[in-house]
Amino acid sequence: MDTLQNPHQTKPGQPEFAVELLDVHKQFGKTQIIRGAQLQVRPGERVAIIGPNGAGKSTLFNLISGRFGLTSGQIRLNGQRIDGLTPFEINRRGLSRSFQVSNLFTRLSVFENIRCAVLWSMGYQYAFWKFLSKLHDANERAEQVLRMLKLERRRDHLAMNLTYAEQRALEIGITIAGGSDVILLDEPTAGMSKSETTRFIQLILDVTAGKTLLTVEHDMGVVFGLADKIAVLVYGEVIAYDLPEAVRANPRVQEAYLGSVLADQQVASQQAAEQAAGH
Amino acid sequence: MSLPTLSFRPRFPVGAWLVWGGFAAVLAIAPVLWTSSFAQTMLSQIGIAIIACLAYNILLGQGGMLSFGHAVYSGLGSFLAIHTLNMVSAGSLALPVSLVPLVGGLSGLFFAAVLGWVTTKKSGTTFAMITLGVGELVWSMSLMIPEFFGGEGGISGNRVLGPAIFGITFGPQIQVYTLIAIYCFISTALMYAMTLTPLGRMLNAVRDNPERVEFIGYDTQKVRYLAFMISGFFAGIAGGLGALNFEIVTAEVVGAARSGAYLLFVFLGGATFFFGPILGAVLMVIALVLLSELTNAWLLYLGLVFMLMVVYAPGGLASLIMMNLRLAVFGKLRRVLPGYLVLGLAGVIALTGAAAMIEMLYHLQLNAALGPKMGFLGVTLDAQAAPSWVGAVTLLVLGAGLFEWRRRGFSRVWGTIAEEIEREIKRREAL
Repeated sequence: MDTLQNPHQTKPGQPEFAVELLDVHKQFGKTQIIRGAQLQVRPGERVAIIGPNGAGKSTLFNLISGRFGLTSGQIRLNGQRIDGLTPFEINRRGLSRSFQVSNLFTRLSVFENIRCAVLWSMGYQYAFWKFLSKLHDANERAEQVLRMLKLERRRDHLAMNLTYAEQRALEIGITIAGGSDVILLDEPTAGMSKSETTRFIQLILDVTAGKTLLTVEHDMGVVFGLADKIAVLVYGEVIAYDLPEAVRANPRVQEAYLGSVLADQQVASQQAAEQAAGH
Repeated sequence: MSLPTLSFRPRFPVGAWLVWGGFAAVLAIAPVLWTSSFAQTMLSQIGIAIIACLAYNILLGQGGMLSFGHAVYSGLGSFLAIHTLNMVSAGSLALPVSLVPLVGGLSGLFFAAVLGWVTTKKSGTTFAMITLGVGELVWSMSLMIPEFFGGEGGISGNRVLGPAIFGITFGPQIQVYTLIAIYCFISTALMYAMTLTPLGRMLNAVRDNPERVEFIGYDTQKVRYLAFMISGFFAGIAGGLGALNFEIVTAEVVGAARSGAYLLFVFLGGATFFFGPILGAVLMVIALVLLSELTNAWLLYLGLVFMLMVVYAPGGLASLIMMNLRLAVFGKLRRVLPGYLVLGLAGVIALTGAAAMIEMLYHLQLNAALGPKMGFLGVTLDAQAAPSWVGAVTLLVLGAGLFEWRRRGFSRVWGTIAEEIEREIKRREAL
């Protein structure tokens, strides 16, 4: 894919950056979580955000997607400011996110979950004078996403009756169904087994082909499988943002972060085991 | 609980015609079967209650909005409808009587648009609290503005106006019932259709997970607000029909008791299924009209039934029906019938004991002047004599004991059958 091989080439008229964070600060009470984070992601790039626990990775996603407001700074999506907008306004501008803990419509079927995620992008808004069954484009798109997720056989099951891995897949499906150009995935493989993870990375690559992708990940295997650039977040600051090899060689990263990676990964895998046991 | 029905529905398109045809037939045949004026008054009330309960369930069952003040919209619809009727009577407005309920609907829509704009800003507990506040507000207004609400006497009107058009004067109850039945059918069909639209589905999504809805492009407030207005419109239609039916509207139609009744009976009928509130509406009229005639303690019985339902069948009657329908579809209903028989018998025994005690207590408290003797199910009980009490307690203990004993065996059978059905579904999917 040429977007992958030439990530620095932009088409004329297209903004240089899909996502741009300028000196972003976020404070909860007196606690500073994000302190002047800078990040510039070009269209089509795949960026993994890594960092020790408590570095503010999930908070950063919550800021970009509009779940929380910023304390100061700017966030731009395709060149336009989106800080201060509500989540649905940001989504309508072409950014969609997934959640670390599956966030589904539990009492709706798998198909309905995906169709709900398709409706706005197809322009159906709040229509109460059109039957869903007659919205052929939305239904076709939902079926297509269902096939991509390999959930066809679970089509009419309630989301709450899916297995854990299927729920994770549906979580991604809801995120990409609306056709957003910028996709944020918050620990997409959290709680999955090794073999499930391998299959899942391929699924994510398939459904996000050609899109700008930001992921938060703990699992280094997933990071190298998914991303062509890595941003290292430590104490609310992006201390490195580069190709994987360069990040690995960066002395600041080694000093601040890689020492704790092993410990961190242990925590993550423990959490994963607990989560899996819980399900 | 609601698992199988969702996957059943799309596979029987013929079923839709049967169901709607059946509904229309029931509405049409009911007044032919029950011809007494009392029965027809009740049928009229049921028709009105069906619209009101279905409207309420747009909030509760479909949108997850627990409203404690929905009588505001049906009630204000009633008041504006009766004022409109009086204006038509006075000749200052030309409007067919059959369209007066529509005025009620538009009033409900208007007030839902005004008051709901505030109410639907929030969801969950805050929403419930605001509806309670709005309900009290409107109720207190009814005492402050007697010109509009008619004070204690209410506002009365006369639905029989001028010459008959095609022989219809709306004088006889059957003609009013026919009008109500037509409104009931159309309103039910429209509300059902709403559940099949983008707004209807997003309303379910907002119920299940409002947070996620925000991240797929929808404004949850707006979804709630639109649904609230639609619900207010249909509640207003029910109110308008009520005004025509009773020809008098008093302030209690906007009161908390009425709002509470909507909540209670929609829950009893079953909020998780579209048809649940219809059952609830039938129960509501039967309870309010018949049960209150039968016994002074009817509110107590109602409360007990409600509590039992909340604990043992939170999906209401509708979910009980659907669960058994599922068994029937898989050909396993026969295996639970003996269990039902025994449990039903035990339940009746326990209920008889409990009811005898409740009735004796009420008799002692309220009818002491009539002496201690009272009739109960064809037996004479002495509310001050030990044997009557001992008998009642024995029945209750026996019945409850038998029920509890058989219940364990029954839930084992039920569990086994549920597993068999799960396996059967898996097997069919694997084919």
